[in-house]
Amino acid sequence: MTETTPNASTAGTTAAIHPEVPRLADRLVDQLAFPHRDTYHQMVSAFRDVGFELCADVCAVDYLTHPGRTLPAGVTPERFEVVVNLLSMSMRQRVRIRVQVPESDPSVDSIVDVYPGADAMEREAFDLMGIVFAGHPDMTRILMPEDWEGHPLRKDYGVGRVPVQFKEAPGPR
Amino acid sequence: MGFEDLQHNFLTGRIEDLVKWARRNSVWPATFGLACCAIEMMSVGAADYDISRLGMEVFRASPRQADLMVVAGRVSQKMAPVLRQVYDQMMEPKWVISMGVCASSGGMFNNYAIVQGVDQIVPVDVYAPGCPPSPETLLHAILTLHEKIRTGEITRRPGTSVPAGEQATGGWVPTVPDAVRVATPR
Amino acid sequence: MSEHDDREQAEIGLEDTERAHREAEERALVAETSEGAQELMPRGTTSAGELRQEVGAVLRLPEGGYVDPGDIDIDRRDDQTMIINMGPQHPSTHGVLRLMLELDGETVLRTKPIIGYLHTGMEKTGEELTYVQGATNTTRMDYLSPLHNELVFSLATEALLGVELPPRAVWIRMLMAELNRMSSHLMWMATNGMDLGSTSMMIYGFREREMVLSFFEKTTGLRMNHNYIRPGGVAADLPDGWQDDVEVICETVLARTYEYDELLTGQPIFRERTEAVGNISAEEALALSVTGPILRSTGVPWDLRRTMPYLDYNKLDFDVIVGSYGDNFDRYSVRLNEIRESIRMVRQIAEMMPPGDYRVQDRKVTPPPRARIDESMEALIHHFKVFTEGFRVPEGEVYVAIESPRGELGCYLVSDGTSKPYRMHIRAPSFVNLQALPLLLRGGLMADAVAVISSVDPVMGEVDR
Repeated sequence: MTETTPNASTAGTTAAIHPEVPRLADRLVDQLAFPHRDTYHQMVSAFRDVGFELCADVCAVDYLTHPGRTLPAGVTPERFEVVVNLLSMSMRQRVRIRVQVPESDPSVDSIVDVYPGADAMEREAFDLMGIVFAGHPDMTRILMPEDWEGHPLRKDYGVGRVPVQFKEAPGPR
Repeated sequence: MGFEDLQHNFLTGRIEDLVKWARRNSVWPATFGLACCAIEMMSVGAADYDISRLGMEVFRASPRQADLMVVAGRVSQKMAPVLRQVYDQMMEPKWVISMGVCASSGGMFNNYAIVQGVDQIVPVDVYAPGCPPSPETLLHAILTLHEKIRTGEITRRPGTSVPAGEQATGGWVPTVPDAVRVATPR
Repeated sequence: MSEHDDREQAEIGLEDTERAHREAEERALVAETSEGAQELMPRGTTSAGELRQEVGAVLRLPEGGYVDPGDIDIDRRDDQTMIINMGPQHPSTHGVLRLMLELDGETVLRTKPIIGYLHTGMEKTGEELTYVQGATNTTRMDYLSPLHNELVFSLATEALLGVELPPRAVWIRMLMAELNRMSSHLMWMATNGMDLGSTSMMIYGFREREMVLSFFEKTTGLRMNHNYIRPGGVAADLPDGWQDDVEVICETVLARTYEYDELLTGQPIFRERTEAVGNISAEEALALSVTGPILRSTGVPWDLRRTMPYLDYNKLDFDVIVGSYGDNFDRYSVRLNEIRESIRMVRQIAEMMPPGDYRVQDRKVTPPPRARIDESMEALIHHFKVFTEGFRVPEGEVYVAIESPRGELGCYLVSDGTSKPYRMHIRAPSFVNLQALPLLLRGGLMADAVAVISSVDPVMGEVDR
């Protein structure tokens, strides 16, 4: 959970026109949910029924080189995480769902049947991170060429840097 | 016209000059805008930095009707064979301006996804640096190309034999007159 | 003469082998540019279930009504339809988008956008650059509104850092963001006009845009890809006399938006080509996660600047422009009126701009002024540290979203406590909006395809990242 200190209201400006809307910094204390892989799809459907109309973002994170991240009790960290950001327009709220995905079996249920807009985003997560979304109608690469091998955004995939003059070191700067 | 086979005398020299004048004053670019540089290329085609005064405002969509390919933007691995295909479809004589640092050398993206310089795929005549190059830079590149066409260097493909006099300098420098070299005032 | 004949024969023989060689090369190239499973498959090889998926988003809606089986045209045979390829290099000035269209005569049935031709590995590059350099990377994603990309990245970084920005920095950011929205929409009007055949609109749009760009050059140093909005504030203060410059821009552009009304809005041909073309309903748009002018054109009044304000947008007085039918014309009028609303906002910002610092004074985050480096050892050290190693950001993760000219632009930033982001993911609005394309094009004519793509306003830099 991230918490930020609320900003003091600025002095010397005209009266706020919509004072009741909380400021960005106050709103960023996001709500997080950590379902298990098996209950993930169910939870997403439940959120949709409660009033989260829009699936803002689906992405994946590879925690290979940062295994010691803070997680709530009862959640076993795995190598990959699938992160889904949902938006409720009626309640003006966001929620973030983080699912742990093991390296040995990198696959999760697809939420395309709940939010059709997650289609392209799941394909991107598959293409760049290698996570298979079971039940997705078209699980093919979307950004890399079809015959590309490997998943570039993984931490064990190099940047692919060509050595240039004055920066002889092959690794990151 | 196959200049390469002509016997050069003072009569054919005049015809050559005429043909070169025609070629350089009506270079039609092919639309090959890829990324941010494409927007600056469109600005060059628009009113403020008009290239219509150089005879170039007709961006031909079909590469068969185009003379110049301005590679404007970063070339990704997926796009590289397409670039080569479009270049091959263009008719001789054809020229390539590599616009921007991403096209010239990979730019700030030295990674798996970007071809490090479009000259790995097509032969480039003029490189225009910048990220993105301001329209004045692109105009300078176009004028440099015009000079290159005018002085006839264009009948020699880059990479072929260099005249003995220039080998000493280690490279070929276009004989661009000073009037073009001076920075254009804002 | 016989020598001449021999030479001719030899030349013809040479030409034959040359031609054969060329043809082999072309075949190889065609094979190289084919994207295999990413392309649209002919009907014969597509199962009925997949056809249902591709034919329209209506069928993908979980609670959507069932479509008449006659409408699905599953039984249409392969030889009755034609799959054609449009792009990635094509006259529509919207970048390297490749579309595979299945046509029945002139009518478009299925569409599949194939993207990735501008994939730059920016998210991977973002993990290699420090937070100070991060804005140079993100700014090149949506290259028509680069300041918005920098803004979202900076907001995400500041959320993790927990810094409080001085008010002037916030208002300068708002000013630049709204000017950028104006220049992006003007550019859209130019390319949309061009796609529909109006070359004058292209010239007008760029002419107006040049005014905004020269103001940007005066303030930030660059016409595009500015790297001006950085974590901690902005890179430099506004130049003297900026209020006059901004007022000239506002006056001129506002007067010219009425010229565009004369040129396009009332014109019968334009209306015929854009009304009732590319319709989308609000439910379909929400299901496909479409945001921005496309969603607002369907009637949903969702604008993050009003509903979930960031910076100080809750102190400005502006309207959210909403359409009714979700067709091309509504998207055009939403964007045109958003230009006018931005002008209104810019004028308010110019009046209410507070004095003060243009960046946070925390020396661990923002570099000291250049003059101080000569005087103070600490300043020199801070400058060195900030520009070589960068500043460390506490561990955590955050998702921040702003309203870019294309929709909801979000940044999901994961930090592991070092000076480089652990994972930087940008939720690009055009990437998600492109999913609506098969639905928008279905049942329309081929000639409308270009107009519809243009009205969706994709910027391939952020689609492919």
